[in-house]
Amino acid sequence: MDEKLIVVKDLSVIYKTDEAIVHAVNKISFDIGRKETIGLVGETGAGKTTTALAILQLLPERTASITAGEIVYRGENLVTKSKEEMRRIRGAFISMIFQDPMTSLNPIVTVGEQIRESLEIHNHNNKNKNELEMRVDDLLELVGIQSRRKGEYPHQFSGGMKQRVVIAIALACDPELLIADEPTTALDVTIQAQVLALMAELKDKLNTSMIMITHDLGVVAQTCDKVAIVYAGEIIEKGTARDIFEGEKHHPYTIGLFGSIPDLEVEARRLNPIDGLMPDPTNLPPGCKFHPRCKSCMEICKTEHPALHSFGEHIIACHLYAKEV
Amino acid sequence: MNSMTEMNTISSIKKKYKKKSRFKEIWKRMKKNRIAMFGLAIFAVIVFCTLFADLIVPYKVSLEQNIGIRLQPPSGTHWFGTDVYGRDIFARIIHGTRNSLVMGIGAVFVGISLGGVFGAVAGYYGGRIDALVMRVMDTIMCIPFMLLALAIVAALGPGLVNVLIALMLSMVPYYTRVIRSAILTVIGQDFIEAAKACGTPDRFIIVKHILPNAIGPVIVQATMSVGSMIIWAAAMSFLGMGIQPPTPEWGSMLSEGKDYMLYAPHLVIFPGMAIVLTALSINLMGDGLRDALDPRLKD
Repeated sequence: MDEKLIVVKDLSVIYKTDEAIVHAVNKISFDIGRKETIGLVGETGAGKTTTALAILQLLPERTASITAGEIVYRGENLVTKSKEEMRRIRGAFISMIFQDPMTSLNPIVTVGEQIRESLEIHNHNNKNKNELEMRVDDLLELVGIQSRRKGEYPHQFSGGMKQRVVIAIALACDPELLIADEPTTALDVTIQAQVLALMAELKDKLNTSMIMITHDLGVVAQTCDKVAIVYAGEIIEKGTARDIFEGEKHHPYTIGLFGSIPDLEVEARRLNPIDGLMPDPTNLPPGCKFHPRCKSCMEICKTEHPALHSFGEHIIACHLYAKEV
Repeated sequence: MNSMTEMNTISSIKKKYKKKSRFKEIWKRMKKNRIAMFGLAIFAVIVFCTLFADLIVPYKVSLEQNIGIRLQPPSGTHWFGTDVYGRDIFARIIHGTRNSLVMGIGAVFVGISLGGVFGAVAGYYGGRIDALVMRVMDTIMCIPFMLLALAIVAALGPGLVNVLIALMLSMVPYYTRVIRSAILTVIGQDFIEAAKACGTPDRFIIVKHILPNAIGPVIVQATMSVGSMIIWAAAMSFLGMGIQPPTPEWGSMLSEGKDYMLYAPHLVIFPGMAIVLTALSINLMGDGLRDALDPRLKD
């Protein structure tokens, strides 16, 4: 069955401040099938988190607005949903794991109670207290924490344990889609590996789809089926993980991204970063957004926005491939 | 370690966690704080005096005038001495507890509840609601506190309940400000966003996640203002707007006694002490409660 769980189409989000309009997300389109994991990869400020928040309709109301596009989940457009309808969807069907487990738990409520909160809010089967309590125990065991520790407070757990609790909360209601916003950034490498393995295991066990937001290509390689490279609020390349990691054709930005990973086998004195900075999102350059930093920049890149060139499922937005197709 | 004892400890730990409610836990933490318990002990005595005032000394003793024994210093028959009309000060203090306590605690409690609602709504929703609520509060704050309270009593007529309403309404803007700012510091934190991402309704977020995290400074502010509320109530009585004589009330006893302070200091010392003790005990309790509410401070 090739049913899509969620389809994001031409999504654009802006932040309005007193000084300027920030174009955070510009016409992003992607879709996720059931049980699929898509990785959104990009630099800080590329618009990855904004995309995630837009799906949950959790953008800051006063400044952000979705200017165009739709997010279709189960045939319904989330952008037009009322607040109350969205509230029922959040946690129950789509849930999110935040970046920093140190701050995403309430410090004065026990972890058990925080897990139960989500269960209580979306308690559609009218489970009684004991059943909820048992579910809390199960969830803790599921993420590898002894259930007897549910009466403890977040500060009594280590960082990795806290992230496990956060995962337990996100999985509490068996969501269909899990959005993980850099879930391992705040953790050290050994714990990172554990948490990623845990997430992959649980995803299989619970048949959840996942959006993995990260800037760590290693994480992507480990977890994702599909990858979308985001730059300045646009998807500049997307495809299966195989396309991105082993394919021959790439967007110059992707090449730069891979080039910046230190290679153990090649002796190099310095890291090999992409020169320059992300363009100012209040004042994006015309044409291709990447052209000021691009090594293969052509005249056309400075004026014309590149079209999407697809090689099967592998899609690249770059003028370099215009002649080939 | 053998497995039997291990099993036992696990099951006992389990029991420990299952049976403990939130309040019990806070109480347990508060019990460890000796100073807070000292405050609680004093406060318990004061509450006892309020409830069983008539058993300690009949109410009519506190009203009985006897000009022959006016301004007597403390003695065996009149423990705290007598006032300018020859009334027994001990009896008046005991019977004044009720009025003063109701004034002090009542005004603060209701003021905080109202201020809490306004402050929480303003802080949480922000934007226009925030602007509207805070500008109304600012407008009220422009009127001097005492003047506003007097105006309200003047409109409603003197009496205990009306003074209470006046003090409480005049305090609301101050509490609203304190609570709003406390909430603003909590609201930017990730766990609020995380709760939203779980689909938690707004009211639930305010009550469960924001208020308990913001309550610390509010409790301190509240307990500090109980003492000053008693004094303000006294000032109202002094101006003839509050509790009408001869009803005993600490504040009015203070103001009645102030003319004789040099010849008969006990007229002001004892009611003053009563106010200080009450305020002190509540302050100590409040401090302890603040610490007990924060699980991170326990060791």
